[in-house]
Amino acid sequence: MENFVQQLINGTTLGAFFGLVAIGYTMVYGIIGMINFAHGDIYMIGSFTALIGMALAGATGLLGDTGGVILALLVVLALSMAFNAVYGWSVERIAYRPLRGSFRLAPLISAIGMSIALQNYVQLVQGARPRTIRPVIEGNIVLMTRSDGFTVVLSYLQIFIVLVTVALMAVFTLIITRTALGRAQRACEQDKTMAALLGVNVDRTISITFVMGAALAAVAGLMAVLYYGAIDFYDGFIIGVKAFTAAVLGGIGSLPGAMLGGLLIGLIEAFWSAYVSTEYKDVAVFSILVGVLIFRPTGLLGKPQIEKV
Amino acid sequence: MATATAASVPVTRPVNWIGVLKDAVIIGLVTLALALPMVGFETTSSTTERGWPLLNTRFADVAAAVIAVFLGRLALNLVREGVRAPVAFMAWAVFALLLANLITETVPVWNEAVETLLVIGAFVVGFVATWRWLSPEGTTSSEVMDDVAAGLQRWNRVIAPIGLLLALAFPWLTGLYALATGGEFAISRNAVDLGVLLLTYVMLGWGLNIIVGLAGLLDLGYVAFYAVGAYSYALLALNFGWGFWACLPLAGVLAALAGIVLGFPVLRLHGDYFAIVTLGFGEIIRVVLTNWSSFTGGPNGLSGIPRPTFFGFPFERNPAEGETAFHQLFGLEFEGVHRVVFLYYLILLLALITNLFTMRIRRLPLGRAWEALREDEIACRSLGINPRNTKLTAFAVAAMFGGFAGSFFATRQGFVSPESFTFIESALILAIVVLGGMGSQLGIVLAAVLVILLPEWFRELDQYRMLAFGVGMVLIMVWRPRGLLAHRAPTLRLNSAGGGR
Amino acid sequence: MSGDLPAERGPTDPAAATWDRVPPLLTVEHLTMRFGGLTAVDDVSFIAGQREITAIIGPNGAGKTTVFNCLTGFYRPTAGRLSLERGDGTHYLLERMEGFRIAREARVARTFQNIRLFPQMSVLENLIVAQHNKLMLASGYTVLGLFGIGGYREAERAAVEKAKFWLDRVGLTARADWDAGNLPYGDQRRLEIARAMCTEPALLCLDEPAAGLNPRESLELNQLLLSIRDDDGVGVLLIEHDMSVVMGISDHVIVLDYGRKIADGTPVEVRNDPTVIRAYLGEEESDELPPEVAADLGIAPDAGTQ
Repeated sequence: MENFVQQLINGTTLGAFFGLVAIGYTMVYGIIGMINFAHGDIYMIGSFTALIGMALAGATGLLGDTGGVILALLVVLALSMAFNAVYGWSVERIAYRPLRGSFRLAPLISAIGMSIALQNYVQLVQGARPRTIRPVIEGNIVLMTRSDGFTVVLSYLQIFIVLVTVALMAVFTLIITRTALGRAQRACEQDKTMAALLGVNVDRTISITFVMGAALAAVAGLMAVLYYGAIDFYDGFIIGVKAFTAAVLGGIGSLPGAMLGGLLIGLIEAFWSAYVSTEYKDVAVFSILVGVLIFRPTGLLGKPQIEKV
Repeated sequence: MATATAASVPVTRPVNWIGVLKDAVIIGLVTLALALPMVGFETTSSTTERGWPLLNTRFADVAAAVIAVFLGRLALNLVREGVRAPVAFMAWAVFALLLANLITETVPVWNEAVETLLVIGAFVVGFVATWRWLSPEGTTSSEVMDDVAAGLQRWNRVIAPIGLLLALAFPWLTGLYALATGGEFAISRNAVDLGVLLLTYVMLGWGLNIIVGLAGLLDLGYVAFYAVGAYSYALLALNFGWGFWACLPLAGVLAALAGIVLGFPVLRLHGDYFAIVTLGFGEIIRVVLTNWSSFTGGPNGLSGIPRPTFFGFPFERNPAEGETAFHQLFGLEFEGVHRVVFLYYLILLLALITNLFTMRIRRLPLGRAWEALREDEIACRSLGINPRNTKLTAFAVAAMFGGFAGSFFATRQGFVSPESFTFIESALILAIVVLGGMGSQLGIVLAAVLVILLPEWFRELDQYRMLAFGVGMVLIMVWRPRGLLAHRAPTLRLNSAGGGR
Repeated sequence: MSGDLPAERGPTDPAAATWDRVPPLLTVEHLTMRFGGLTAVDDVSFIAGQREITAIIGPNGAGKTTVFNCLTGFYRPTAGRLSLERGDGTHYLLERMEGFRIAREARVARTFQNIRLFPQMSVLENLIVAQHNKLMLASGYTVLGLFGIGGYREAERAAVEKAKFWLDRVGLTARADWDAGNLPYGDQRRLEIARAMCTEPALLCLDEPAAGLNPRESLELNQLLLSIRDDDGVGVLLIEHDMSVVMGISDHVIVLDYGRKIADGTPVEVRNDPTVIRAYLGEEESDELPPEVAADLGIAPDAGTQ
C-alpha cells in the first residue's frame, strides 16, 4: 500500500515531465503530419541550457540557501525556454521546411539526420560524460510511515514540477483554443492550402508550432536537471521515444491526449520499475507503443482518420 | 563593381543591399542565440566549493561562429542576387588564408576544430559561388547530379566488371604494392582487414536498400536482423558445435523469420509510424540481448565463437589431433593472413550474392511490385497486389541478408556483444543507403567507401564523424531527396533508343 | 437477405423491380456508408448492366467517389450488398472482400480522381505491374524466376505484348519508356485507363476520367470508352462531371444528391427529370432552365423530342 502510494507520486511527477515533451510531438504531428525525430534532442539541449543557467545562477549566488530560489529558477526557466525556442525554429527552417511536399521518406530521413547531428554536436561541445548538479530544491513532506520504517514522501521538488507543468499546460491550452494563433494552427491542420488562401501565414504558423514545442521541451529539460541531477547528450533518444509513445497513446494530434498519455506512461514506468523489473522498463514502453499503433492507432483521445483515396 | 560582373544574368537588377544585409544580420543573431549557451559555456565535471558545476567560457568560438555564419549567409545572399565572381574570388581567398593558417599555425586564433569548420565553410561558399557563376543559367545543381548519376548507370557495364576484378585482385594488389615499395611480396593484413570491414557495410547497405530503396519502407532497426544473425550463428555454433557452412544459412533463415514475426503486425503502419516501430524493435532486441544473461551472455556477450574453416580445414598453426590445417593441405608455411584473405573472399561472395539477387529481383514481378508499393500503395491495391504479403517478403528478404552479414560478423570477430548492435549502427547503414542514393547499387559502394574508409584514414576526425553524417543526411535530403546518386533506369524497354524523360 | 445470391432477387429489391435491360453485371442494394455522424451514401440501390456504360452523376459531395470506394474495397460499407455477376456465371459479394481481392478475383479495376500512377516507373512498367498476379504465378512466386527456371520469360513476353496492345489503343507507344510522372496530364489519364484494362477487368470503374482534358482529348476518350464497351465487352461504371461525355456515351445514368439516389434511367429520361434539374439548380420553383445551364447539362433545345 505505502509502496503503491509512493509509486503513484513518482509516476505522476514522471508523467508531468513526459507530457511536456509529448506535447511537442503531438503539435508538430498535428500540423505537418510528421514525427519530429529531433524533438527528443531538442529536449536534451533544453536540459543542458537549463543546467548552464543554474550553474551560472549558482555561481553568482542567486540560487543560494536563502529565499529567491524559486524566482531564480523561474528566470533560468524563461531563459532556457527562449534559447531552446531558437533551436526549435532553426531545426524546422533547416531540415523540414525545404522538404515540404518532397519525396515521402525525405523529411523523415532529414529528421533522423538532424537528431544524429544535434546529439553529436552536444557531445562535442559539452562532453560525453554525464553532467551533474547538486540538488536545488530540497526537503519533503512525510505522508505515511509503514511499520518497518518505509516512509512515503512527497518532496517539494515534486510539488514544484507538477505545479509548473499544470500551469504551463493551462497557458498553452488557452493559447491554442482561444487565440488567433491557435485558430491558425487548427486551420493549417485541416487544410494548408485553404488556410493560406484565407490569409493564414502557414510558414509562420508552423514555425511557431516548433517554437512552442521546443519551449515546453526546455521546461521538461529543467525538470530533468532538478529531478535526476544528472544529464547527458544521449538522454534525448530514450526520453524522446517515451514521450512519443505518450503522444501516440493519448492520440497523436490531440493536446489533452498528450497530457493524458504522458501521465499514463509516467505511471506505467514507475509501477513497472517498482513491481516488475527495471531492466525491461524500456521494453515495456516500446511494447505499449507497438501495441497501441497496431490495435488502436488513433490512441485514447484521437479522432478516427479516414483514408483519403 | 557588382553590376559589371553580373552580366551573365539576363536581367540585371540592382542588388538589394539592405535586404541582403538585414537577412544576414538576423541569421547572425540566430546563430548567436544558438551558440551562446551551448558553445559559450562548457560544463565540466568539477564543482565549486558550494557544489555548482564549474563552467569554462569559450566566447571566442561563439564570435567565430557568428561572424562566419553572418559572412557566409551574406555571401550566399549576394550570389543569389547575382554577384557571383567577386564573391567566389573572395571566398577562395579567405579559404586559402584560413587553410594556410591552419597548416602553418602562424596565428593561433581558435582551436583546430573551429578553424577546420571555418575552412570548410569558406570552401562551400567558394564552391557555390563559382558553380553559380560558371554554370549556364537555368540548370540546377540537382539536374547536373541527375546527369552524373545517369552517366554512372550507363557506364555501369564497364565500371562493374572493373570494380569486380579490382575487388577480386585486391589482396594480391596489396602484396604487389609491398613489393613495388621495396619490400618483399606480402599481403597486407591491415589493408585486407579494412577491405573486409568495407565489404560488410557494402553488403549491409545493399541489404537495407532492398527494403528502403526498393520497397520504400524506412526501417530504422535494420541492425536487429544483423544482431539476430550474429547471435544465431554464435549460439548454434557454441551450443551444438555446428560449423560455419551449416550455421550461415540457418542464421539467415532465423533472421528472415524474425523479420516476418516483427513485420507481420507493423507492416500495415505507414511512413513515420513504421519507422519508429522498427526503431523500437531494434532497441527491444538489444535490451533483451543485454538482459537475458543465461542465454545470450548478457552485456559481456558470447566469446569463443568458432572461426571459419576452409571447408573443414582450419586456419590453425597446430590443428587438433586428426585434422589437417589449411596450410598443410596446400603445403604452405603457416601465416595468419590466410584466414583474413579467406574472410575477405567470403564476404565478397556474400555481398555479390546480395547484389545479384537485387539486380534479378528488380526484373521479376515481385521486385516490380516492391517498387510500385514504394510509389503508390493505394494504386497497388486497385491492381490486385496484396500489399501486406508483398511488403512482408521485402522485409523478410532484407532481414535474411542482414542475418547473413551478422553471422559473418560473428565468425570474423569470434565474439559478439550487444554493444555492436546499437541504433548508431542502423543509422550508419541508413546513411550509406541515403548517401549512395536509394536504389543505386553502385552509389552504395561509393558511399560505403566514403563513410567507412574516410574516418579510418583520418582517425583524428573520428569524433566529428557522426556529426558530419547527421548534417550530411539533412543536406542531401534538402538537395536531392532520393539520395545523392539516385537514378532509376527502367527494367524493361520497348523502344531501345527511348530516353528517360 | 444477405445470404441470397444475386440471381434470386426478391421483390424487395428496388433496383431489380424495374430492371428490364441487358443482364446485370453489378447490383448495388441498399448501400449505406456512414463516417461518424455523416452519412455519405444513404440507401443507394442501382444496377450496372453487362456491356454497358453506366454513369454516376451528381453535384460535388453527392457521395459518388464514396460509392466507388465501397465498390473497390477501400471502405467497408456500413450496410448494403454489392454483388458482381460476371458473364461466365461466377458471382462475388464485394462488400465482404478485401480491396486487392476485389481487383484480383472479382476483377473490378478502377482509376482515381487524382491520378495514381507509379510516377518513377516507366509507362511500360506501369502496365507490367498491372499484370502482377499472372506474372507472379509464371515466375513460380519468384523462386523459380530467380534461377531462370520455368516459363517466366514467355509470360513476360506475353505481358509486354499485352502492354503494347494497350499502349497502341491509348496512343502512348512512342512514350512507352518515359517515366510515367513526366507524361502530360492527358496522357497520364489515358495511361491509368490502360493500366486498369491490363488487369483484364470485368468491370471498369473510372473516377472523372475527363477531368482536365481539352475538348479534343475528351472526344478521344469517348471513342476509347465506347471501344472498351463494344470491342472488349467490359462494363464501364463512370463518375463524370463533363456532361458531354455523360450524355454522349452512357447507356444508363444514375443521379446522386446528398448521398441519395434521385434518378435512374437513360440519359434522355434523366436530363428531363425535374428532380435532377432541381438538384443541379437548387430549390427553385421554375422548371425553365436558363440557356447556359441547359447547355451545361447537355440539353439541346430540341432535347425533349430526341
